[in-house]
Amino acid sequence: MIKVYTSSVIDAPADAVWAQIRDFNGLPKWTPFVAESRIEGGQPADKVGCVRNFRLKDGGVIREQLLTLSDYDFQCSYSILESPMGVENYVATLKLTPVTDGNRTFAEWSAEFDCAPEREQALAQQIGQGVFQAAFNSLKQFVR
Amino acid sequence: MIKVTRSAVIDAPIERVWAVLRDFNSHTDWHPIIAESAIENGEPSDQVGCVRDFTLKDGNHIREQLLALSDEDHVSTYCILDATLPMQRYVATVQLKRVTDGNRTFWHWQSTFDPPRGREREFAELVGKGVYEAGFEGLRTYLRHSRAEAAPAPRRAARGAIRCNAIVIDRHGGADELRLREIDVAPPGPGEARLRQTAIGVNYIDVYVRTGLYPLLSPPGVPGMEAAGEVIDVGEGVTGILPGDRVAYACPPVGAYAQYRTLKAEQVVVLPVSIGDETAAALMLKGMSAEYLVRRVYRVQRGDFVLVHSAAGGVGLLLCQWAKHLGATVIGTVSTEAKARAARAAGCDHPIVTTQDDFVARTREITGGRGANAVYDGVGKDTLAGSLEVLATPGHLVSYGQSSGSPEPPPLTVLSAKSATFSRPVLFHYTADPAVLREIAGNVFDLVARGVVRVVIGQRYPLAEAARAHRELEARQTIGASILLP
Repeated sequence: MIKVYTSSVIDAPADAVWAQIRDFNGLPKWTPFVAESRIEGGQPADKVGCVRNFRLKDGGVIREQLLTLSDYDFQCSYSILESPMGVENYVATLKLTPVTDGNRTFAEWSAEFDCAPEREQALAQQIGQGVFQAAFNSLKQFVR
Repeated sequence: MIKVTRSAVIDAPIERVWAVLRDFNSHTDWHPIIAESAIENGEPSDQVGCVRDFTLKDGNHIREQLLALSDEDHVSTYCILDATLPMQRYVATVQLKRVTDGNRTFWHWQSTFDPPRGREREFAELVGKGVYEAGFEGLRTYLRHSRAEAAPAPRRAARGAIRCNAIVIDRHGGADELRLREIDVAPPGPGEARLRQTAIGVNYIDVYVRTGLYPLLSPPGVPGMEAAGEVIDVGEGVTGILPGDRVAYACPPVGAYAQYRTLKAEQVVVLPVSIGDETAAALMLKGMSAEYLVRRVYRVQRGDFVLVHSAAGGVGLLLCQWAKHLGATVIGTVSTEAKARAARAAGCDHPIVTTQDDFVARTREITGGRGANAVYDGVGKDTLAGSLEVLATPGHLVSYGQSSGSPEPPPLTVLSAKSATFSRPVLFHYTADPAVLREIAGNVFDLVARGVVRVVIGQRYPLAEAARAHRELEARQTIGASILLP
């Protein structure tokens, strides 16, 4: 089991950032790498248990299930059901905390998963920087 | 019950911020509303349960107790015990989180408490703005300051060397020979590390080096045996330490009185978060000396009578604390009543003021005529004969220094009369083996972290004032350890 942790500061109030993140079907809007997304079975995108099925710009398809969603804590978590990344038992959590000094947002994105030992370092780098940090960077632009 | 939450981003790595905040008594250094503060009963300021007793600049007086502290999670929780402010059931938590994007720190500060009915808004403002927001700004200012002082951008010289200030002696002699000068610190060669030093220990051995009594420095050269700081680069084949690590060392060759230093990496020990740079600089040599004297040269046992000369000196105070911890009855010699109090506070059961009492007669009396199982004698000429006299049969006399001059070696007939063991040990022979060095340093850090032994830093001098530090040390005007700040 390896852990990846990425955190950033987004220059917008936490409720404004949360409004984007809580939409489990909203990845194409604010991430740079998702081409399209739908929620399977026509479920609402904030219903725990719903599955988002999205296609990356490089062609890969990923299915992820919403495990928790708290508007009170500004926090959600999800697991990967299917992906081309070669990870197992992948659970990620995205959490926002208001920064009262400057009315900004502290954003944390962490994941735990299993993979082949020789791929751990490359995957940790790819997910921590290539996915989470890249998404934070585009979120910073999007909510500005 | 109201809840007050404030949070901020501090532009410094989490390790740097936590090193300050984990110290429950550090708020006098950085919080602008604190006038003075002390930890009660001399407990370590990172020990759960310790109480800080402090006054605010507006005259209010508060006692707070540390309830939880986690170095892993960077969390500290505390509560108010008494306050001249009408706040009941106040419990606060400080939590730090790493901002990986930019290597900064997120600081979350939250409390719950009962203010007087009808004054909720006033107290929420008082705590949120007056304490937490003022604290954020105070810490930012403090870090900017300490960074500006501690880390001037290194000046590059030829072939990767760094030009910096150091104390150089051109010939052996008095304290005036210690002069500030620029030197070039070479980049680390194979097996070496280069440090930016943040605190440098001053020891009596530095005086011997300066005068030439110990042949450890051929002028011109830089004296000094110990320091703490940060690794800036390492040479080929170095394992176990990395640039950015907080480290300390105490070893020959001399050369510690400088802003930068390149030395053998195997003599450098990584510091745990519980040991600050200044503490490490004040402690490495003296703490490791105490360790090897009570645990290696002679192993102090429960029930022993141990006599420590100069019990209020740098090593003496640590010997008292450590021997007491191991279960010995500690007898100590001191020169004044004030030093007797310092020794007693360090666990010395029977301080003997040698200007009033004869230590030989008093030690015999205290031990019921048996004598001391071990005598730690760093004084030498003036005390060695008496030390032999008060030794039990069989006893162990450890001569580890000679602040009064070199003693005559004891004749074998005197030793055989008591089956006595006589040692003249040198710490560096023990710590030359890196594995032993790490073991000794680890034992010291462990006892400091547990609050069993404590080092008091009595004097801080700028590096440029090394001569004054030596003069005051030789005039016996210092209390506790002295350090130089580069």
